[in-house]
This record gives sequence, structure tokens and C-alpha cells, in this order.
Amino acid sequence: MLRFLGQRLLLMIPTVVVPLVLVFLLLRLAPGDPAAQILGDQATPEQVATLRAEMGLDLPLPVQFVLWTKNVVTLKLGTSFFFKQPVVDLLPQYALVTLQTALAALFLAVALGSLLGVIAAINRDTIIDRGLVGIAVLGISLPEFWLALLLIFLFAVTLKWFPVSGYIPPTDGLLASAATIALPALALGIRQSALITRMMRSSMLDVLGEPYIVTARAQGLPEAVVIGRYAVRTAAIPVVTVAGLSASYLLSGAVSIELIFSLPGLGKLLIDAVARRDYPVVEGAVLLIALTLAALNLVIDIIYALLDPRVRLG
Amino acid sequence: MLAPPGGRRIVTATLLEVAGLSKSFHLVHAVRDVSFAIGRGETFGIVGESGSGKSTTARLVLRLVEPTTGLIRFRGQDLATLSKGALRRERRHMQMIFQDPYGSLNGRMTIEQLITEPMEVHDIGDAAERRRRVGQLLGEVGLPEAARHRFPHEFSGGQRQRIAIARALATEPQLIVADEPVSALDVSVQAQVLNLLLDLQQRHGLALLFISHDLRVVEFLCDRIAVMYLGNIVEEGPKTTIYAAPRHPYTRALLDSAPGRARKGAALKGDIPSARNLPVGCVFRSRCPLAFDRCAHEAPKHRMVAPLHRVACHLAEE
Amino acid sequence: MIAGPPILEVQNLSVALPISGRMVPVVTDLSLSIAPGEAVALVGESGCGKSMTARAIIGLPPPGAAVSGSIRLDGRELTTLAPRERRRVGGRGIGFIFQEPMTSLHPTLSIGQQMTDSLRYNLGLSARAARDRARELLARVGLPKERDLLNAYVHELSGGMRQRVMIAIAVSCDPKLIIADEPTTALDVTIQAQVLDLLIAMRAESGLAMLYISHDLEVVAEFCDRAIVMYAGDQMEAGTPVACLKTPHHPYTRGLVDAIPHAGETRARLSPIPGQVPALGFWPGGCRFQPRCPRQDQRCATRPDLAGVAHAEVRCWHPLVGDAS
Repeated sequence: MLRFLGQRLLLMIPTVVVPLVLVFLLLRLAPGDPAAQILGDQATPEQVATLRAEMGLDLPLPVQFVLWTKNVVTLKLGTSFFFKQPVVDLLPQYALVTLQTALAALFLAVALGSLLGVIAAINRDTIIDRGLVGIAVLGISLPEFWLALLLIFLFAVTLKWFPVSGYIPPTDGLLASAATIALPALALGIRQSALITRMMRSSMLDVLGEPYIVTARAQGLPEAVVIGRYAVRTAAIPVVTVAGLSASYLLSGAVSIELIFSLPGLGKLLIDAVARRDYPVVEGAVLLIALTLAALNLVIDIIYALLDPRVRLG
Repeated sequence: MLAPPGGRRIVTATLLEVAGLSKSFHLVHAVRDVSFAIGRGETFGIVGESGSGKSTTARLVLRLVEPTTGLIRFRGQDLATLSKGALRRERRHMQMIFQDPYGSLNGRMTIEQLITEPMEVHDIGDAAERRRRVGQLLGEVGLPEAARHRFPHEFSGGQRQRIAIARALATEPQLIVADEPVSALDVSVQAQVLNLLLDLQQRHGLALLFISHDLRVVEFLCDRIAVMYLGNIVEEGPKTTIYAAPRHPYTRALLDSAPGRARKGAALKGDIPSARNLPVGCVFRSRCPLAFDRCAHEAPKHRMVAPLHRVACHLAEE
Repeated sequence: MIAGPPILEVQNLSVALPISGRMVPVVTDLSLSIAPGEAVALVGESGCGKSMTARAIIGLPPPGAAVSGSIRLDGRELTTLAPRERRRVGGRGIGFIFQEPMTSLHPTLSIGQQMTDSLRYNLGLSARAARDRARELLARVGLPKERDLLNAYVHELSGGMRQRVMIAIAVSCDPKLIIADEPTTALDVTIQAQVLDLLIAMRAESGLAMLYISHDLEVVAEFCDRAIVMYAGDQMEAGTPVACLKTPHHPYTRGLVDAIPHAGETRARLSPIPGQVPALGFWPGGCRFQPRCPRQDQRCATRPDLAGVAHAEVRCWHPLVGDAS
């Protein structure tokens, strides 16, 4: 098991390094000059040149890269051109918002999706099953932003149960904070939940036909144990993959949701920073996202190894 | 010259000669130092359990797998020395039938296409001749003419094996290698296919290398038999002596365990060891009821104990 | 063999499966009984309904199947029980051994977990007591003590070992009846002998009754008291396995026996049964074997009843009497 973990940790490195390098190159090679953008139209060429030298933008590209790598590794992520604050201070508060929303959405997707999938499978071809599959198809077909607007209209504007937009951090009150991310999480999570329902249902149906389920029943084990322990355990394995993909998707889907709900999250921060050519923020945000996704994949791998001992052999 | 006592056929020439054949897949020694010969028109059986290397041997003979070392001489030619083109041409004289009647026929091809394919590959006849031959072969294996336009999934397991046999005969081979061809079939169908193999063999003078784990079938069909265990041949000889007076403890245990025979002794203890960690010395010593210290140090060599009957066992030195 | 009322009594069991939209019979009107300590074999080729009979007895037919008839375990009628109760009674009263242990045991739960689950739910043992008993059972089926098999997984064991684990699970709740569905077919010959010896020993030790399903009459001849030969869902002949082999009375049994190459075979050709087993749903009316039978005539258009012939029971209008010639 330790060897397995070691292998996986090593594999994390390229997962993080490659996007980072790509971002570095893309930003440097894209048209537009950050120094000029920051100083505005009125700046003189000399002022721009001075700022460029300060920012180290006129050094040759390879040199910039080496310096930059050194900084990344020591977490000297620089100062935002726009906010004039160190990136390492800036990122966490935005990241927290996105993390809250994405985690809530993921939890909803996995818990609700799995439960509904199992129920559908046990009641195969009955009205319950057909109903759930129908709802799932509907859920998959609805784009998140459309769903978000619908939810806002229904729950925020009409019923007034939740705020329309804005964000309250947990430190200012757990319940209030939860209310601000409830609709965004729902909007993000419903579609993924529907996908997981479909996946879990089909996986359960496969597993329920397997001989070891017949053995378990023949042994006289209660049906709840047969389903809950024997069937779900193996049925969950392909669903874990889907959940992992969902999680990645949720991170990127968070951007549009953050824009609609005006949540000060990482997605919004990143988009704005790209438009402003705020290199340090872009790099910092991408690094954080890449690390998070790599860590997520590691967690998925570990869950696999826990669910399926055959995988541990390496 | 091979004239097995009590055998059905007198054989006059060696068709296939295998010497010192070995195959290792990384750490797994699937086949070790295997040697035997098959004469024209003869049926040679290889019996063994899992891990014995019998299926790998079959594939080595046909050169579907490259041996690690060893010599394979077919129709007088060392197959390793042949060019790619020459080897391909030799292949028409040796064909194979597999165990799984459902997996060995391409489900997308009609029966006609399946049987014609080997003829096309080896440039036999023109289109009209091939079509005629398909009809002839279908008749030989007992299938109706109408079968040629159908697909494999429309046939039962036994019928599919017949199709596989017809396909194997298409190139008029001299040797057919059959790897457990009847193991997946029901008893009554098995009998039909076995009878068919015998008839075809007599009619065409085919040699048959028959691989099986079922001792009853091998006893019925084969003239000479080799018994394999963990990659080695432990005993080889004419059918009658092997079955009536086996000399190797493994052969005896195998025959004893076979259904249809009154059990004489206790069953063999232990599991078949993994081919990855072979015991030093005799491969069978970990389960042999008669093992003694020499068996742990020295691998026994083959000794002739009767005409054409050899055993690899230290106890056979009498 | 202990005398007494039968451990298992099956009467007029019929099973039908939904195939391509209609209900197709797979077992017709089968009756059998097993006395305590007796070993009865169900023998037949594929599609004859022997496995389906076993599944119907333990109450686990495939989804959508229609089962009718009476099944009594130790005098208690099973078919009228609620599913939960039936499962409970079956779990404790009948041990089931499957053909392919690799797929019949859970791939990702340890052996110990699977064994203790049964012990805890059926016998109410505590976790520790269940583990101790599991270890005892593993020793009883001849598995080596050196390896901690309780924490091992199915894929780490060899075929013979897996089958022994299956047997250990089957006997774990001290059932009175074991149903074994081709338990040795997927095993190597020498391992098959070991497993058969084990089953025979366990039977002798605990007086277990056994229903042994096989396609091979010669395998069951070694230890079964009676054999029932099935063809196309119907019982054709019942008698001792040795009698079935040496003096078969039903033409199908005779055909089966003649199709097998026997030890010391002197025939130049085997005698296969002409034709093929009819596909499910396409069974002939009357005697199912009629189209392939060398002794058939118009009478065979009606299904024969089971009648006694010598020491056997035969479902045939023209049974073979006397020496097989």
C-alpha cells in the first residue's frame, strides 16, 4: 500500500508542473503588455519601459522561466499588479469560497446521486425506477447557468428563502453562510448528481447479476446487508471515477456560477486577472487549481485502493 | 520409424520433431526442455493440468509464440531457419483448432468466408474452386450446404467446432494441433466431434497433436501420450502402457484421480505450485509421495523403461 | 445412512423463465426426495434444468422466473414462506456450493469478512466468536493454518483453495443439506479428487445430505447413493449411478453412457446420440427425447409416467430391460 501511495505521489508532479509551464508560456506569448495596461493610456514609453524592467519582463524568456520556477518553489508568488497585495495573501480568501461551493455541490452530487441510483436499481423497471431515470435525464440536460437563474427566480425572488446573490463567510455566521452558497451548490450539483444516479444505477444492475450476490443471498444474509455491503461496495468503484470527473468539472463550472451569484471565488478572480494581464494572480490561481486537482486525483486513487484490494498490488 | 505396439496405425516417417523446446515469459518458465516427435498420420496426445505448459507447447509448435530455445523441425525443415515467406508457406501444412467454439470464429464473417480465408491467404485455387471446396468441406464435417451463407452465432457449440475443423482442413494440412477442442462441449456432442476427427484423420492421413486435460478422451483418441507437469514432460509412451502401467508418480496420481476409475490411493496432496517459483530438482517433488533426498537436488533425466516409453524419475532406474 | 423422514422433499417442481417475451418451461414436474445423510446426484447435459432446479430449491431463481410445486426442508414447506423467512431458513438449513468460486465469492471483501457475515447473521455469534469459528472451519476443510487466510482475498487463492473456502462457508451454519452445483468441474483433476474426498469425509463426519449436480455420471458414481438423469427439464431415469452406467434403462441414459469414452475403451468409434438437445422453448410435446430416440413410436407422443423398472424409475414407454447389449 505504501508503495502504491509513493507511486501516486510521484505521478502528481507532472500533473502540477505541466499546466504551470503552459500558463507561463501562454501569458508571456500572448499579445498585450501588462506594464502598459497597468499604467494606462497616458503613460509615456519611458514609464512603461521602467515598469517593464521592474517587473522583469524584458529579460529573455528562459531566464524569466528559471527565476520564476525558483520563486514558485519557494512560494514567492509575487504581488498582484492590480490589487497590489501579495498573491499568497490574496488567494486563500477567494479559494475558500470556491472550495465551499464546490464541496457542497460534490457532496450533494455523490450522496443524492448514489442513493437515487441504488433505489432505482433495486426497483428495476418499476415506476420508481422509470421516474428516477426520467428525472436524471432531465437533470443532465439542464445547463448549470440556466438552472441557476431558475433557482434564483424560484427560491430567491419568489419564495425569498435564499439571498439572490452575494457571499457571507462562515466566520460571520454558519447558517447565513450556508444560505449564500445553498443555491449555487444546488445549481452546480444537480447535473452531476443526475450523472451519478445514472452511473450508480447501471453499475448496481451489473453487480446485482453477479454470482457472488447469489451466494450472499443463499447464505441467508438479510437483503439490506446484501445490497448495502456486498453490492454497493463493488458497484461504487466505477462511480468513484465519475465522481472524480465530476469534481474536476465542478471546479471549472464554478466560474459561471460565481459570476451569476456574485460570489467572490477563485473562478471570478482568475477570469478578471486574465483580462487584466495580472500575471502573478493568474499563475498563482492556476497553481492552486492544479494542485487541488492533483490532490483530488490522489484521493480518488486512495479510495479505489480502499474499495478494491486488487488495485493495491500496483 | 515409429511402430507403437497396440496402436492403430503404423507410422513410417517423422512429420514433426521437437527438441529441447523451452519458453519463459519473464520469470515464468512455461515450458522446459520439451522433446518429442510425431509421425505422419499419428495422434499424439499431451495431457496435463493447469500450468503444465501444454497449451504453450501447442503454440510453440505452430510458432504462434517464439520459443526461448529449442528446435522445431517440421517436414524435415528447421522452422527457425526459414525466411518469413518460407515460414508462411509452411504454415499451410499445419493448422489449429481451439477450445472455445464461441471465440475462435469471427462473428462478422459468413461460414463461407471463414473457410475460404485460409485458402486465400495461401493462394490455393481460384474463386470458383474455393467455393466448390467449401461445399466439399462442409459435407465432410457433416454440415448442410445451406450453412455457408450463415453466421457463427446461428450455430451451436458443436457445430461451430465442426466449422473450425472444416476451416482447418481447407489448406490440406498434414498436422492439426487441437487445443482442448471438445472440453467446452456436452458429452453427446463431444462424441460426435471426436468421431469426426477420427474419420477425417483416416481419410486424409492427418497427424494430430491433441492437447487435453481429460484422460478418458485422450485414451480413446491417441496413439502415444506425453504427460506434462509444470512445463516438463514427465512421462511419454504408447497409450496402452501409459494407462496400464504408468511409471511416473504423477502419471499414476493423475490416472488415479480420473473419473471412471476406481480410486486406489489417497488423493495427491497440496496445490499445483506456481510456475514462477519452481522447486529445485524434480518439479514434482513437492507433491510426490515417493520423493527422497536425491529428488531435491537433481532434476531427473529421461530414461527409456520400455520401447518408446520414457520416464523422468529417479525411481525409474531399475 | 440414517433412516427417517426425508430432509428434502420436492414434489411437482416446475420452473419457467421469461425468454423473448414468453414464459418458457425449463423444469417440468420434477419430484425427488433426499433422506438424511443420503447423497443424490442430478445429472444431465447443459440446458437440462439441473442448475435451475437447485436455484429453485434454495429460493433464488433468476428474476422473473415462475416457480410452482412443493419444496419441503425437514418437513417444513418453503414455498409458502415470506421471502425474508425463506432466506433465513435456507441460509441455515441449506449450504450451497457453486461451480466457479472465483466469481461466486465477493472480489473485494476478505475471506474472513464473508465467512463471519454468515455466522453473525445466522447464528448470532459475536465478531470474535465468529472469527474463531471461521478459523476452525478453514482448518476443517484442510486449509493450511500458516497462512492467515481470513485476511486474504479471493484472487490471492488457487482454484482448489477457493473451492474449499466455498465449502467452509456452506457448512458454517451446520446445515442438514448441501447443494453442490458442479463444484469440481472448473478444477484440475488432481484437485478435483481432493475436493471430492473432502466432501465425502465431511459427509461421513456430520451425516450431511447432499444434492450433487454434475454433467458427469462417472464422477458421481464414486460417492452418490442415487442419480437422477435429467433431459430437457424432465426426469428420465433414477437409480444408483453404477446401475445407470452399467445397465441403463432409459434410451437417453444409454446414449449418454455410450457417448463417453470409458477407461480401457475398445470401441473404434464412440456412439453419439444423433441430433441435438432442443433449444429452450422448442421442446417437443410428449416424451422430450422422442426425436432422438432409436426406440420411439407413436406412443411416445404422450409423455410417459415414471415407472419402476428393475431397481430404477424410468420415464419411458420402451425402457431397456436386462443387460445393456
